Amino acid sequence: MSESIPSDIPLLEMRGIDKRFPGVHALADVSLTLQQGEVLALLGENGAGKSTLIKMLGGAHSSDSGEILISGCPANIHSAMSARDAGVAVIYQEFNLIPDLTVSENMFLGREKTKAGWIEQKAEQKETRHWLAKLGMDIDPDTPCRRLTVAQQQAVEIARALSTEARILVMDEPSAVLTDREVEKLFEIVRDLRAQGIGIIYISHRLDEVFEIADRLMVLRDGRKVGEGKVAETSRKELIEMMVGRSLEAEFPERNVEKGNVRLEVRNLNRGRTVRDVSFSVRAGEVLGISGLVGAGRTETVRLIAGIDAKDSGEVLVNGKAVSVWNPRKAIAAGICLLSEDRKTEGLVIQHPIRENFGLPNLRKFSRGAVLKESEETKAFERYKNDLKIKASSPDQRAGELSGGNQQKVVLAKWLERNTDIIIIDEPTRGIDVGAKFEIYQLINRLAAEGKAIIMVSSELPEILGMSDRILVMHEGRVMGEINDVKNATQEDVLSLAMKTVEANT
Amino acid sequence: MRKFFANYGMILVLVLLCAFFSVVTIQKESAIGVGAAETTVESLVESAGKDDRIVVVGGARSESADFVRMVSSRLEEAGFTKVIKVIGTPRDFVVKMEELEQVGTPAAVLIGGGDVTKWTAWENIISESSDLNVVIPEEKIYSAFLRKGNLVAVVDRIVVIAVIAIGMTLIILTGGIDLSVGSLLALAAVISTLIMKWLGGLDAPAWVVWLGFFGGVSACGLIGLTGGLLVAWFRVAPFIATLAIMMMARGLAFILTGGFSVYQVPESLTWLGQGKTLGIPNTVVILVVLYVAAHLFMAHTRFGRYIYAVGGNREAARLSGVPVKWMLIFVYFVGGLTAGFAGCIQASQLNSGAPNLGTMFELYVIAAVVVGGTSLSGGSGKIFATLIGAFIISVIQNGMNLLGFESYTQTVVLGAVILISVLIDKIRTSGGLVKLLLE
Repeated sequence: MSESIPSDIPLLEMRGIDKRFPGVHALADVSLTLQQGEVLALLGENGAGKSTLIKMLGGAHSSDSGEILISGCPANIHSAMSARDAGVAVIYQEFNLIPDLTVSENMFLGREKTKAGWIEQKAEQKETRHWLAKLGMDIDPDTPCRRLTVAQQQAVEIARALSTEARILVMDEPSAVLTDREVEKLFEIVRDLRAQGIGIIYISHRLDEVFEIADRLMVLRDGRKVGEGKVAETSRKELIEMMVGRSLEAEFPERNVEKGNVRLEVRNLNRGRTVRDVSFSVRAGEVLGISGLVGAGRTETVRLIAGIDAKDSGEVLVNGKAVSVWNPRKAIAAGICLLSEDRKTEGLVIQHPIRENFGLPNLRKFSRGAVLKESEETKAFERYKNDLKIKASSPDQRAGELSGGNQQKVVLAKWLERNTDIIIIDEPTRGIDVGAKFEIYQLINRLAAEGKAIIMVSSELPEILGMSDRILVMHEGRVMGEINDVKNATQEDVLSLAMKTVEANT
Repeated sequence: MRKFFANYGMILVLVLLCAFFSVVTIQKESAIGVGAAETTVESLVESAGKDDRIVVVGGARSESADFVRMVSSRLEEAGFTKVIKVIGTPRDFVVKMEELEQVGTPAAVLIGGGDVTKWTAWENIISESSDLNVVIPEEKIYSAFLRKGNLVAVVDRIVVIAVIAIGMTLIILTGGIDLSVGSLLALAAVISTLIMKWLGGLDAPAWVVWLGFFGGVSACGLIGLTGGLLVAWFRVAPFIATLAIMMMARGLAFILTGGFSVYQVPESLTWLGQGKTLGIPNTVVILVVLYVAAHLFMAHTRFGRYIYAVGGNREAARLSGVPVKWMLIFVYFVGGLTAGFAGCIQASQLNSGAPNLGTMFELYVIAAVVVGGTSLSGGSGKIFATLIGAFIISVIQNGMNLLGFESYTQTVVLGAVILISVLIDKIRTSGGLVKLLLE
């Protein structure tokens, strides 16, 4: 960066961007600049307008007013194609890879290398290998993308972006799906790209990452720019306060709950190689954290308990009585509900109104006989809407139009209304911003205080340590250990259990 | 209001179509209403003798038949003794006139109105016999489309497809499809008429008709249920499961009848599809009752909501405790029932059962559902929108009939209408043509 030279024109400039959706002013007069070889962290709570801004850059939305300049020239970006031509590449949270096509086919999708109408597969594969090697990834270009790990898929996305000679790379929550080791690798790649003069806009909810990788940061709140500055000159506290718009006391709220009887007991659960001989119990008023690396079998375990997948063997006891949970309906009837980690594919019907999503598990309650009392449903929903501060223009707004945090609140609301004794939350705060996180933690505490038994699966160690009464650590489908004295435990304690290999069992 | 149009936007298209056909089918025709009947009789009281032979002509299956009945009963009241009613085809009319001539008692007065005055036979006879006193009621301007008889014909024509479309809407809302409905229609028609044939044939009592209907509908319900089991429990793709059923049901209908139509049915079979209740055609009653019931079910019961949820996101629905498999079985069951009932209506309208009925109907039904705006990927759509879709198709067919298009042209136009309505829907839901093309 050479700010002192007056002729230095920013790589990207967005000026006075304004966008309204029905009922929402998504972006109000937002401006953004990005220099060559700079990593700009774009921050803000869910619904602050980050995604909208990024989609404009990627050509998925058009702005109502404002302009985009690239290297000083006005760029007319109105489609993904024109964005690519302008040198912008956006890597969305949901990858745009076609699972059944190979890596190189995905790399060149829409711009195949052809000679007289024939695709030159050799040349494509060679170039694919070249770009992947540049990222330090060794992936066979002939592998179908469905066989890649998430990190590898991301690498393919980045490689594809680079191969289009993008000068501006936008990454939306790139680390959300990666393990810690993979994140390190990602950072190496980002630093490398920065050194090559590529401008990077990096969106993340993980503040640690921002301080590690970004040069400058910009904060959005409610569609407005509320702060901007060099990362080196900003403190963590300042940043959080900017995002939330108020000062935060602690990251995790206090909880003081008397534990009751054992609500849920699981004995010797098994399913193939993913869940092996898992046993544990949870008391009323207790929060049990389940930790472990990705693929340790945490999600698989709780899915068995909630009746989503069938178990090979094992027992589930609720309040001391064995219950059959061979489908979700039975599990719910037995008092077990699961808030799944993937809201969009498992938690919500995204094209339906949030009120109907909220009502779905509770329709029996809102019906007389088979006849639905929509007014009761609406009334109940309005209560949660106020209580959980769900930001939506009306109860009839489609679930897909809400931000991630508000979607999670809708999912929470629907299960709170169901009022089951045992609540399993898989990744309660994935893709959710700091402010909403705190609210969700408070909610978990409230549920514990009401005497619910809570199981919380999480990949975020601070969250596990901050919220759990007890921690169960899993590895390769097994329970590797239990941490009872959470107050004095450290991240290292959890990690060492999570990475412990079973020597006796080989 | 905005919400109404979001759900039922195609109603505008329907209204425009109706307005269009009302205007283009306006024509001059001699009146055949009550007033016309009275003035005709009055003029005859003055100009004709009480013993004159009076022939009153009307076309079969048209409103001029009613005119004939009105005129002749009034003439008889007025003291005329030799009134001869001719209701039938132009040929029937010519034969009758020749017969009277040969017997040596030619007609003195000839009365006819409406479509009759456009028959060539009518014009020939008037020009041949100069001493005949021809009475034609005064001409008035009509819209052929808006005639009551024509509007009932629109309903009669669509009732079969519209009834099946209820089941199809439910199935498509879950993200499925049912190709078997056309064959099931034929099977129901065949089974119900065969039952009537076996239990007395032409002389069977009315309860046999109902038993026949029950047999046809429940057979189709069972087959629909089987399809649902295949889709829900055995995870066969709906397209394949119902394709197989479509072929089996059609074959079965041919096997049962040996390939022939079943005509040995009692007169009372016609009541369902051609009769009236409290002066309202039964077809209209059927449509109103079934559609209101289906709408209430889909919009105001939890099972309706479950069906939308299953189509919107099956996994999310399952995890929310929705009985996904039962709902799938249920919609295919309803699909079978509606197809079976439609088969009974069809048999009643034709007064017979034939194994080749309902060929291609699955496509017309799917077209009606799609024209109504229901998404083939499931999760969104409305019951009444399907009814509107069915009416759009029927109105277009009827309008083209009135304008004299031949059936090949009609097929082309119908295909185009399906395309256009889907395009309109796309443009509407994506917020304008520009947005649709750019995004």
